[in-house]
Amino acid sequence: MSDGMSQATADAEPTQTWVGRSIPRVEDAALLTGRGRFIDDLGVRAGTLHAALLRSPHAHADIAGINSEAAKRGPGVAAVLTGTDIKALTSSLVVGVKAPVECWPIASDRVRYVGEPVAIVVASDRYRAEDAADLIEVDYRPRPAVVDPLAAIAPDAPLLHDGFPSNVASDRRFRYGDPEAAFAAAAHRISIDIRYPRNSCTPIETYGVVADYDAAEDAYDVLANFQGPFSIHAVLSRALRVPGNRLRLRTPPDSGGSFGVKQGVFPYIVLIAAAARAVGRSVKWIEDRLEHLTASVSATNRATTLRAAVAADGRILALDWDQVEDCGAHLRAPEPATLYRMHGNLTGAYDIRHVAVRNRVVVTNKTPSGLNRGFGGPQVYFALERLVQRIALTLGLDPLDVIAGNLVPADAFPYRTATGALLDSGNYQEALARGIRDGGLAELKARRAAARAAGRLYGIGYAAVVEPSVSNMGYITTVLTPAERRKAGPKNGAQATATVSIDPVGSVAVHVASAPQGQGHRTVLSQVVADVFGLTPADIRVNTEIDTAKDAWSIASGNYASRFAAAVAGTAKLAAERLAARLARIAASQLNIAADDIAFAGGMVRSRRNPDNALPFSRLAAVSHWAPATLPSDAGTTIRETVFWTPPELTAPDEQDRINSSLCYGFIFDFCGIEIDRTTLQPRIDRYVTMHDCGTILHPGMVDGQIRGGFAQGLGAALYEEYAYGPDGSYLTGTFADYLLPTTAEVPAPVILHMQTPSPFTPLGAKGVGEGNCMSTPVCIGNAVADAIGASDIELPLSPARLAALVRGPEPAPPAGLTIEAMAAGGRELRGEGSAIVNAVPVQIWAMLLNPETLKAVIPGCHSVQKISDTHFRADVTLGIGPVKGRYRAEVTLSDLDPPRAVTLGGSADGALGFGQGEGRITLTPERDATRLHYAYTAAIGGKVASIGGRLLDGAARVIIRQFFTALAREAGGGTRRGGLWAKLRALFRRR
Amino acid sequence: MKPAPFDYVRAESLDEALDVLAREGGDARIIAGGQSLMPMLNMRLAKPKVLIDIMRIGEFARIDDANDRVTIGAGIRQATLLAWPDLKRRLALVALGLPWTGHAQTRSRGTVCGSIAHADPSAELPLMLLALSGAVHLRSRKHRRRVPAQDFFTGMMATTRADDELIEAVSFQAGTERCAFREVARRHGDFAIVACAAVASGHGVRLAVGGVADMPAARDFPRLAGAALDDALNGFAYDLGARDDLHASARHRRDLVRALGRELITEVLS
Amino acid sequence: MTRLAAERRHVVRFTLNGTPLEGEAEPRLLLSDFLRHQLGATGTHVGCEHGVCGACTITIDGALARACLMLAVQADGCALRTVEGLAPSPARLSVLQEALRRHHALQCGFCTAGILMSLDTYLRRHRNPSESDIRDLLSGHLCRCTGYTTIVRAALEAAAELANDLTSEDRNA
Repeated sequence: MSDGMSQATADAEPTQTWVGRSIPRVEDAALLTGRGRFIDDLGVRAGTLHAALLRSPHAHADIAGINSEAAKRGPGVAAVLTGTDIKALTSSLVVGVKAPVECWPIASDRVRYVGEPVAIVVASDRYRAEDAADLIEVDYRPRPAVVDPLAAIAPDAPLLHDGFPSNVASDRRFRYGDPEAAFAAAAHRISIDIRYPRNSCTPIETYGVVADYDAAEDAYDVLANFQGPFSIHAVLSRALRVPGNRLRLRTPPDSGGSFGVKQGVFPYIVLIAAAARAVGRSVKWIEDRLEHLTASVSATNRATTLRAAVAADGRILALDWDQVEDCGAHLRAPEPATLYRMHGNLTGAYDIRHVAVRNRVVVTNKTPSGLNRGFGGPQVYFALERLVQRIALTLGLDPLDVIAGNLVPADAFPYRTATGALLDSGNYQEALARGIRDGGLAELKARRAAARAAGRLYGIGYAAVVEPSVSNMGYITTVLTPAERRKAGPKNGAQATATVSIDPVGSVAVHVASAPQGQGHRTVLSQVVADVFGLTPADIRVNTEIDTAKDAWSIASGNYASRFAAAVAGTAKLAAERLAARLARIAASQLNIAADDIAFAGGMVRSRRNPDNALPFSRLAAVSHWAPATLPSDAGTTIRETVFWTPPELTAPDEQDRINSSLCYGFIFDFCGIEIDRTTLQPRIDRYVTMHDCGTILHPGMVDGQIRGGFAQGLGAALYEEYAYGPDGSYLTGTFADYLLPTTAEVPAPVILHMQTPSPFTPLGAKGVGEGNCMSTPVCIGNAVADAIGASDIELPLSPARLAALVRGPEPAPPAGLTIEAMAAGGRELRGEGSAIVNAVPVQIWAMLLNPETLKAVIPGCHSVQKISDTHFRADVTLGIGPVKGRYRAEVTLSDLDPPRAVTLGGSADGALGFGQGEGRITLTPERDATRLHYAYTAAIGGKVASIGGRLLDGAARVIIRQFFTALAREAGGGTRRGGLWAKLRALFRRR
Repeated sequence: MKPAPFDYVRAESLDEALDVLAREGGDARIIAGGQSLMPMLNMRLAKPKVLIDIMRIGEFARIDDANDRVTIGAGIRQATLLAWPDLKRRLALVALGLPWTGHAQTRSRGTVCGSIAHADPSAELPLMLLALSGAVHLRSRKHRRRVPAQDFFTGMMATTRADDELIEAVSFQAGTERCAFREVARRHGDFAIVACAAVASGHGVRLAVGGVADMPAARDFPRLAGAALDDALNGFAYDLGARDDLHASARHRRDLVRALGRELITEVLS
Repeated sequence: MTRLAAERRHVVRFTLNGTPLEGEAEPRLLLSDFLRHQLGATGTHVGCEHGVCGACTITIDGALARACLMLAVQADGCALRTVEGLAPSPARLSVLQEALRRHHALQCGFCTAGILMSLDTYLRRHRNPSESDIRDLLSGHLCRCTGYTTIVRAALEAAAELANDLTSEDRNA
C-alpha cells in the first residue's frame, strides 16, 4: 500500500507566499534539545511549597469526619486543608444549567466520584506532602453509587445532588421541520441504539498550577498549563471572590499536549490558589498520572437512540435523536457543552430537513466530564454513521450509495441545516469521488472479496463527517429555553485577538491569545505575517503565552474548537494588514507615490510600477518611534495594532432554537479495510484512507500532523481506550498499563488526501482540521469491524474479547465433573468457595472463631485484635502479596450464629491503598474425628488498589482469603497432617 | 506518586545482602533492575523499610553454561541474556519468548531473576522457567536451596521464597529440543492475556500457559492429534480457572489456550 | 556495604553528558526528580512515573533506562546521558534531531526527549534498521500528538544518513 504520504506534503512548486508551505517549525529546536519551557521546567519563587491531594477511594459516600492531626505534625508540613477550609475562602463554581446546585473543586460533606479531592496537604516538597496525605484518616459512610446514565434516570436510582429533582440535570426537546409527518409517511423507520464509552485524549504532560496570593492587594497570580477558553477566567475569579483584574492568569511558553483536556485544570486553579492564600506562600502542584487518569477530566459517555425515517431508495427524510449525556458527578463549566457543540450539525453531511431531538443531561458517580478533542463529535457520528450502515444493510443497498444519496448538494452552499448551522462551503460529492479514486477503494474491495473467499474476516467501513470549527460562544445557551435565554441575555460570537507590533529597529512581533500545546502556532503566524509585510518568517517573532494582566484577550481566547487557523491566524493577518496599510501611506509620502502603488516584498517597501523606488522595511517601520512628527497626518502610528475579530455569522440561538454552533464546517470522508484474526480476534488495519477538505491549508505538514494525531486517538478510542468503572463506581484504569494508548506497533500510517474549498467566512479561507479524525475514525473502524464479522451492534472499544463474544459459537463444554464459577456479569465482585478437612471437632473450631486470640493468629498480618462485643472485633492488619503491602483497620463481625454448625463472618478493611469488604458463610460438618470446614464468600475491593492493580486484584484477594482459611485450618488442626492438608488445600484453592 | 521513605543498602557482596535480609526479613526488599518494584514504590503499593540493591555484587553478574544447565545470576539483565551469543543454541525457547518481555527500554534494566521473583502470572520469564523445568536457587544466611519452578510459584505474585532468602540465580535445562512460543496481548509489550510456550518432551510436548491462572501452569501432553488433542487442551483450558478482567473474558482466554495450544503442539511435533 | 539512612541526604556523584556533577539526595528521591529539580536538567520529562510512557528515558552507562524507575542514589558513579547531550553544539542539531525537525515528527515535544534517547542509542548500534525494528523499539514510548508516522520516517532517514556517514562526529560523541 501507499506509505501514507499525503498529496499536500509532497513538495509543491515553491509559491510566492510563505503560507501554504511546510517550513520547519520555529518551536522545534528548543524542544529537540531539551530546552523547552513546560510548567514544571520553570523555576518558582523562593520558598514555594508543594501540594499533594488526598482523594476519595469511594464513588459515593458521606464524610463523617476527617482526622488530619497526625498529618499536620508531619515533617515539612505547612498545612492540611479540607473542603471546609477551602469553602471559607472561595465560592462555588458556576453551573451551566439553571438549578440550585453547587459545584466545588473539593468535597466537604460528601464524595461523589473516585478521585474527588478531599484534602490538600501543603509541604516543603512533594514527597513529604504525600507522606502526610497518607496519615489523614477519613471516616467515610458509603452510599449506593450509580455509574450508568440510563440507570441514573431510573426513579429508584441513588441521587447525587439534592438540588436536582432527579439525576437529570437538564431535559430539553427540540423540533425542526415536521419530523412526525416525515416518520409517518416514510417507507422505512430504522433505528440504532448506541453506548459511547468514556475515554480521554490524555496528554503526556499532566496538569500543573503554581499560585501566589498577595494579601495586601487581595490579588492572585496563577501560572497554569490551562488551554482556555478564557471564559473560564470569569468562573475562576468569581470562585476566588475577586474581580477579574485581581486574578492574573498566565500560561507557560510550552504545554505538553492538551486536546481539550487541560481546560479541566481550572478547578485545581481554585484549589491551589486558595491553598496559597491559606498558607501565605506560593504553592505549586503538579498532577501525577494516577491522579490524571482517575480524576482529571473525561469525554462524556452517552447513550443514544437514533431513528431515521427513510424512503425506499435510502433517502433519509427525518432524524429523531434521543441522547442521554453522562457528565459525571458535577456539571462543571462549560458542560453540558459536549452535548450542544454539535447541535447545529446534527444532520452531519446530509440534507435532512426534519429533525426531532431530546437531550437529557445526567449526573453519575464518575469523574466530571469536560473538553476533549472532537468534543461531542465522536458521540454523534458514531450513532449517525452506524445508522447509515444499518440503513444500507436493511434496504440491501451499498453503504456508499446511502452516503452519496443523502449528501448536501454541491450547489447548496452556504447551506442552512434544519437545526441552524450554516455550512460555509464544500463539495462533498467531489471529495467522495476523489477519495474513492485516489484512496484505492476498488483495490480494497477486491482484497475483501479475496479474503472472504479464503474464509478470513475482512470488512470495509465508511464515514462521512462534517467537522465543525470555531465554536459560537452562544451555542451552550441552547440548553436553556428561549425564555431563560431572554432573561439571561444573548450570548454569541467568538472573539479572536491578535496584536502585531513593530519595535524601534523595525522588527515585527506578534502576540495572540491562542495558548498552543504543540500545534506550531508560532510558525504559522510567522508565515502569515511575513506574507503581509514581504518579510521572511525568520523576521517575525511570535509569542503565544497568555498573561491576562497584560495581553489582549477575551472569553473565546485559548486553544480549542480548532479555532486557530480559521480565527486566530486570520485575525493576525487582519492586524498585520492594518499596520501595512498605514505603512503604505507613510511609504507613499516618503517615496512620493500613491498608496495603492506600494508593494511589500523582499524586505523592501517599493513602488509596483518603479521597483527601484524603494525603502527598506525596517527603516520605514521604525519611523513611528523615531520621527512621529514626520508621519502624514492621516496615517496614525504603526507601533502596535490589536485586532478583535468575531464573525457575524455566529449569532445567538433563535426563538426556534436554531443555532449556528460553529463558524466553519470542514468535510471528511474516510474508509478503511480491516482484517480480524480468526484465532486472536485482533483487528489489523489493512488500509485507512482519510480525505479532508479543511479549506485553505496554511501549513501542509502541520495539517497532516493534526490528521495523523487525531487518527491515532480515534484508533485508540475505537480499539483500546476506555475509562472503565466497576458497577460500584470503583475506577479501574488508573495506570497506562490499564488505560491503553496505542503505540507505534498499533498505529499504521493513514493515507491522507486533500481538497481545498476555502471558507468564505474566514480571513484566510482556512477551516479547523484538528478534531475531525477523532469524530470520523472511531465509527469508520467500527463500521469496518461490523462489516467484517457481520455484527449489527458493536460497542467501543472493540477489544478482541468483545469481538470473540460476537463471533464465536457455543464454547466446548468443560470436561465432565468440572464446574466453572460464574462471576457476576461484568462485576468487580469476587466469589469463591472451598472446603478443608480440619483435625478438630466442630465445637473446638467454633470456640476458636469466637476467640480474639485465635482470630489474631488466623487473620493474615494481624497486629492486634480488640474485642468490641462477643461478635464484633476490630483488628489492625497488614495485608498484601509480594511487595504490595498496606496497613488496614479491619472490622470483623459474626452473625447468623448456629453453634457449632454455621456462622457468617463479615469483614471490612480500610487503608491508604483502598478498602475491601466481604462476607463468608462458614459451615462445620463433623466427619469421623475431624471436621469439614466449608466456606463460601463474596468480596469487593475498591479504592487505589482497584484503580492501579485491577489486573492482579482478584488473584491477590484470593491469596489473602486463602491465607485466612489455611491459617484457620492449621490453627485448628494443630499442624498435624501438614503435608496432606497443605496439598489438599492448595488443590482446593486452585479450584480443582 | 513518590516513594515513601526507606533506607538504601548498596550491597557489595552476597554476604552483606544476606546479613541485612536476615536482620530485616519482610521489611526489606531486594532491588535489582527495579522495573517491577519501582512502580510499586512510586505508587506506594510497597513501603519497605529497607531496599537492598544487589546490582554491585560481582558474582551475580554471571551466565554459567555447564552440565546441561544454563544458570543465570541475579545480576543478569534481560537485555544481557538476550544478547548472549549462545542463547538461540542453548535456550531456544528463551530466545523466542524474551523479546516479548516489556520493551527494549525496560529489558535494558530489568533482570531475569527479578522477573521470576516478582512472579507476575502474565510474565514471560516465569512461564519459560516452568516450561523448561527450571529451578530457582535461593540463598539465605543459613542455607541454600534449589526449588523446582513448579514448586516455586504459589499464586498471584506469591512464591515459596522466605523473607530472609534471595534468589541468587535461576537455572534452565539447556538443550536443543524443538520449542515454540506465542503470546497474545492487547498491545505490543503488554502483559500477556495468554502466553504459551511449548517444548518437546520425551513422550510428547510440555505446554506451559501464562496470563490465565494465578501463576504459570504447565502440562505434559502425550502425542495426540485430532479430537483427542482437542479434548486434552479443552481440559487444560478449563483447569486453569480463567477469569474475566478488564482486558479479556475468561471464555476468550480459554479459546486462546485451546487454539494457541493446538498450534504450538502441532508446530513442535511436526 | 553502604547503608544510606532514609531521612538523610547523601552525596550522589555521576557524569551527566560527560560533565562530572554532584548533588545530594534522600534514598527515595527518583532519578528523574534529581535530574530535573536538583541539577536543572529539565529536558528529561516525567509523564507517568510508572515506567510506561517513556518520556523520561535516558541512558545509564550506555543502556536505556526510565529515569522514573531509578533512584538517584542508584546512579552514583555512573555515566548518564540525557537529551541535553545530543546536539553537537548549542547552535547545531544532530543528524537525528535534524531528521525529526524535517519530518515534523514532534508537536508538543513533551515525549520527544525520551524518543530521541531510544533512537540515538539504538542507531549507534544498528546501522540498517527496518521499519518494524524502529516500530518495535518505539513501542516503549507514548506520543499523543503525532500518530508516530513521521517519527518512524525521521528515524529511518536518520539511520540511512548515519550509515552513509560512518565518520559522523555523532558516533564518537
